[in-house]
Amino acid sequence: MIAPLLTATGVRVRLGGREVLRDISLSLAPGQLVALVGPNGTGKTTLFRALAGLLPSQGNIDVGGQPLASLSLAQRARRFAYLPQGHVVHWPLPVQDIVALGRYPHGATDPSRLAAADAEAVRRAMQLADVADLARRPVTELSGGERSRVALARVLAVQAPVILADEPTASLDPRHQIDVMQTLRAASRNNVLVIVVTHDLGLAARFADTVLVMSDGRLVSQGKPDQALSEQVIAEVFRISAYRAEYRDEAVIVPWDGP
Amino acid sequence: MTDSQAIAIDGAAQRRAGVLVMLTCLVILLVLVSLGTGPVWLSPVEIAKALLGAGTDVQQVIVWEIRLPRTILGLAIGGILGLSGAALQGLLRNPLASPSLFGAPQSAAFGAVLVIALGLADVRSYALPVAAIAAAFASVFVLLAVAGRNAGLLVLILSGLAISSLAGAATALVMNLSSNPFVVLEIAFWLLGSLEDRSFRHVMLALPFIAAGALVLWRQRDAFRALSLGEEAARSLGVDVGRLRLFIIIGVALGVGGGVAVSGSIGFIGLVAPHLVRPLVGYDPARLLAPSALAGAALLLAADIAVRVIPSTSDIKVGVLTSIIGVPFFLYLIVRERRSLGGGVL
Repeated sequence: MIAPLLTATGVRVRLGGREVLRDISLSLAPGQLVALVGPNGTGKTTLFRALAGLLPSQGNIDVGGQPLASLSLAQRARRFAYLPQGHVVHWPLPVQDIVALGRYPHGATDPSRLAAADAEAVRRAMQLADVADLARRPVTELSGGERSRVALARVLAVQAPVILADEPTASLDPRHQIDVMQTLRAASRNNVLVIVVTHDLGLAARFADTVLVMSDGRLVSQGKPDQALSEQVIAEVFRISAYRAEYRDEAVIVPWDGP
Repeated sequence: MTDSQAIAIDGAAQRRAGVLVMLTCLVILLVLVSLGTGPVWLSPVEIAKALLGAGTDVQQVIVWEIRLPRTILGLAIGGILGLSGAALQGLLRNPLASPSLFGAPQSAAFGAVLVIALGLADVRSYALPVAAIAAAFASVFVLLAVAGRNAGLLVLILSGLAISSLAGAATALVMNLSSNPFVVLEIAFWLLGSLEDRSFRHVMLALPFIAAGALVLWRQRDAFRALSLGEEAARSLGVDVGRLRLFIIIGVALGVGGGVAVSGSIGFIGLVAPHLVRPLVGYDPARLLAPSALAGAALLLAADIAVRVIPSTSDIKVGVLTSIIGVPFFLYLIVRERRSLGGGVL
């Protein structure tokens, strides 16, 4: 049994008087891709923010054996690489400068003066996310698919032990969805804990080592994809039925109809 | 990274360095012209002689007592306005942000006018900049509090309009209640914004605050680049956004308040300067600060030279000139940003 990298015990978050997270406990080992699924508004993004220490929460969160509360903002930034939804970039900066922001937590705040190690991390991340050819293009001129790959490269460049990716495959065509999930899975194989929020149960079932199912601010099911996403869970949480099969040794779940 | 990419990066860095050198030369040239321009024209050689203590007594008095303080103030105030505009645009990720659109100079002017009307300005000289800075701080603070964290253009500009109107009304009230007509006249002219007849006493009054404000803003520059990804992503990269916001408010208030305290309100330099340099140095908000400050200094020096050269029956105030040029520019920017203004920013 590998020691867990990220543990949460009794995590609660209240936002605007409403309890968004209720008593979340989890313990996740490095070297795996975890999919976090659940209907809209169940608190998946809030859980990400709480785990990364971006919003205050009750309960205990430990990362690498250290309590999150004892870590400074900069220390948290080196442990969690966070990819928010939407891939917003407000200025038309060149792709390589965006990716280089992944080195910001390591003190490399000026992309035109990167130390050799930082430049190498940026180069590798751009290669892994397949954006090396776009290095000098202004990010605002790119297509949605290209932008999301740039955002992914920025997150990979942090070289953090935990990657939190919030809907990294949203609005991507099937080819790019698979590319992104494969890149994230490959990253997890380097002893990184990758957690991905997705609404695509098919992608979750196929690529994840572990699936976490959230419903109404609670973690209601977790485990290997076919167990965590059992017929009963899918019916209760998502109120749908699903076609279930196995193809080339990986689970296939296709959402279908009312329960 | 391939060699060609590495060279290309160097090329961009070289171009930015080239632009900085060019802007610096332009500012130096304008400083010389500013020292030489007036009822008595002086050549660069005469200026240099006077500065070094040679030349005639009259030339020395003209350069040291009359034109040097005015030029230093033009340089410093133009620079801090350009820097403040670039910093606010970086903080809010918005090309229409600027101190004057947010009511900061108008509020600073109110603070200063209050002190003048109460007769405190003569007794304790630092009361003027301190009041201006406090009022500027309050205005930017209130604006950002009203507009909220992810405010769109429309909210920011409407809030700015409200705050500058309030500051204007408060200023009018002070003048209205003031019993001494000479004080009112003095305030009215002062409000127009001018660098005329300023002495080294004014320089000493404003410069420490402007320098402190510039330093505060300059030190935040790297955070602006991270902020390009939005506040949440910036926080996840280790940027303390709340602290950054506070520092920007303090920096803008110190700089703009300190400047307004001696010059009166000079608008639109903070809006125009970053736009002029963006095509030259790119959009990176961190790399925009230094060129914007230089462009702001050049703009105000040029405007202040222009008011001395333009033939007119009475003096044109430099604040009037910058607004007359700045407001059409603002309209042009609104036309350019029309789509995002109309597109559901509320």
